[in-house]
Amino acid sequence: MIWHTWYRYWITYQTILGKEILRFSRIWVQTILPSVITTMLYFVIFGRLIGDRIGSMNGFAYLDFIVPGLILMGVITNSYSNVVSSFYSSKFSRYIEELLISPAPNWIILAGYVSGGVARGLVVGGAVMLVAMVFTDIQIHSFAVMLLICLMTATLFSLGGFINAIYANSFDDISIIPTFVLTPLTYLGGVFYTMDLLPGFWQTLSLANPVLYMVNAFRYGVLGVSDIPIGFAFSMILVCIIVLTAISLTLLRHGVGIKT
Amino acid sequence: MSALAVSQLTKTYKGGLQALKGIDLSVEEGDFFALLGPNGAGKSTFIGIISSLVNKTAGRVSVFGHDLDRDPERVKSCIGLVPQEFNFNLFLPVVEVVLNQAGYYGIPRREAKIRAERYLRQLDLWDRRLTPMRQLSGGLKRRLMIARALVHQPRLLILDEPTAGVDIEIRRSMWTFLRELNAAGTTIILTTHYLEEAESLCRNIAIIDHGEIAQRSSITDLLKTLHTETFVLNLKGKVSELPELGGFVLQHLDDCTLEVEMNHDHTINGLFDALSRNGIEVISLRNKQNRLERLFLDLVGRHVAEAGDRA
Repeated sequence: MIWHTWYRYWITYQTILGKEILRFSRIWVQTILPSVITTMLYFVIFGRLIGDRIGSMNGFAYLDFIVPGLILMGVITNSYSNVVSSFYSSKFSRYIEELLISPAPNWIILAGYVSGGVARGLVVGGAVMLVAMVFTDIQIHSFAVMLLICLMTATLFSLGGFINAIYANSFDDISIIPTFVLTPLTYLGGVFYTMDLLPGFWQTLSLANPVLYMVNAFRYGVLGVSDIPIGFAFSMILVCIIVLTAISLTLLRHGVGIKT
Repeated sequence: MSALAVSQLTKTYKGGLQALKGIDLSVEEGDFFALLGPNGAGKSTFIGIISSLVNKTAGRVSVFGHDLDRDPERVKSCIGLVPQEFNFNLFLPVVEVVLNQAGYYGIPRREAKIRAERYLRQLDLWDRRLTPMRQLSGGLKRRLMIARALVHQPRLLILDEPTAGVDIEIRRSMWTFLRELNAAGTTIILTTHYLEEAESLCRNIAIIDHGEIAQRSSITDLLKTLHTETFVLNLKGKVSELPELGGFVLQHLDDCTLEVEMNHDHTINGLFDALSRNGIEVISLRNKQNRLERLFLDLVGRHVAEAGDRA
C-alpha cells in the first residue's frame, strides 16, 4: 500500500517535471538561447575587449575569473523565470486547477515545479559552460562542488520564483522581482569583482547578499578560489533553501493566491 | 452509502459575503443528482469546496465515507470535476491534456494512454487528439473537459453547467453519454440552467438559493406538487369568442392560438371533449413552460420572500 502511494507520487512528479521540461524545450529560442547569446556578449566585451586591459584578478585572467559568475547568472535567472512564468501562467489560465483537484500532495507539486526550474537552470548553465570553453581553457577544480552549487542555486531561485508566482496578480508582478531585486543582487554578488576591491562598509553589506555565497562557492568549484569559506557558503545556501521551502509549503497549504 | 455527505457547510468570503450558510446535503451512491439555483446562489462555491478549489469556513464534507479534512487525497481520488469555466493550457494538444491529468492522479503512462484513447473516442475527440486546445470549438472543449474528468475513473462525477453554450446536437449526445455513465455506476451531480436537462437526466434534486437549500426531494415528488399546468393550443380555425369551460381558464393569444390553464383535478381528455363540444378543433399543444422551470421559479421566489420576512 505504501509502495503504491509512493509509486503514484513518483508518476505525478514525473508528469509535472516532464510537462515543465517540454514547455521550455518547445520554446527554446525564448528560454535557452537568449542567455547563451547574452553571456557570449559578456565574454566578448568584458573578457576580450575590456578584460585584457584589466589584467588578472585573484591570480586569474579576468575572462577566466568572470566565467563562473556568468554561468551562475544564467542558472539564477533561468531557474527563477521558469518557475515564476510557468506557475503564474497556470494560475492565470486556471489550469492549476487540474493539479489542485488531483490527489497530488503539495510537496510533490512544489518538487515538480522546482525541478522544472532546476532543469532549465542546468541546461542554460551547461550551454553557457560550453560557450565558455570556446573562449577560455579553464580546468575544472572540483566538478562535484560545481555541480552541487549549481543544483542548490537553481533550487533556491526556483523556490523564489514559486513564491513570487503565488503572490503575483498580473504579468507585471512576475517581472518586478527579477528586475528590481534579482538583477542588482546578481550584479553585486561578486560576478565581476572580488570582495577585497570594495571599501570596508560595502564589503560588510555584501555579506548580506546570498548571491555572493553562491558565486564564490561556484567559483571555488571551477577555479579553486573563493572570498568566502566554502563550508559557510554551502550552509548559507542550504538554510535559504530550507526557509523558502517551508514558506512555499505553508502558502500552498493555505491556498494563498490559488484558492479562494 | 452516501457518495457525498455535507453537514453545516459554511463559506464566508473575505469582505463578508456569506456564500453558504450551513448547508446539509447528502447524495446517495449511484444517484444522478441535480443541484439547481439562480446565479450567485452558491452552487459553484459548494462544488469548489467539495473539489478542493475553495477553502471552506466551517462544516464537514465526506465523499464515500472519506473525510475531506482527514483524508483529502482519498476524497480527491474519488471525484472527477467538469468545471464551469474552461481551465486548459491552450497550447497543449488535446491528448496531452488528458494524459497530464492522468499523470497527476498517479496513473502510469501506458494505462493513461489506453484510457485517454477510450474516452476521447467515446466523446468523438480521437480524430482531434493532436489539435492544440486553442483551435477547438466551445462544444469540443466541453467534451474534452468530460474526458479529462473521467480519465482516473472517478466514482463521483461533478459537472458544473457542462452544456452551457453547446449546440443541441452535442448536448443530446452528452446526455446520452452521461446516462450510460450513470447506468454503469458513476454517481453524478449536475448543475445546470437548462431545467429541461435536469428533468430529463436526474432523479433527485436540490435547489440552492442565497446559500441555503430551498428544496431537496426527488424530481417526481417535486413535480407532483404542481397544482396547475398551462398549455398553448394551436387551433385549426379562428376562434373569435372564448367559450366558458368549467375547470379550465382560457385566454386568447391570437385568433388561432389559445392558452389554457388547468388544475390537476382535470384531464387533457376532458379539455378536448369540452373544446370539441364548442366546435373548436386543436392541431397541436405544448406546455407553456417547462414544469420544473415553473417550480424552480416558484421555489426561488418563495425562498426570497421568506428570507425577506426573516430579515
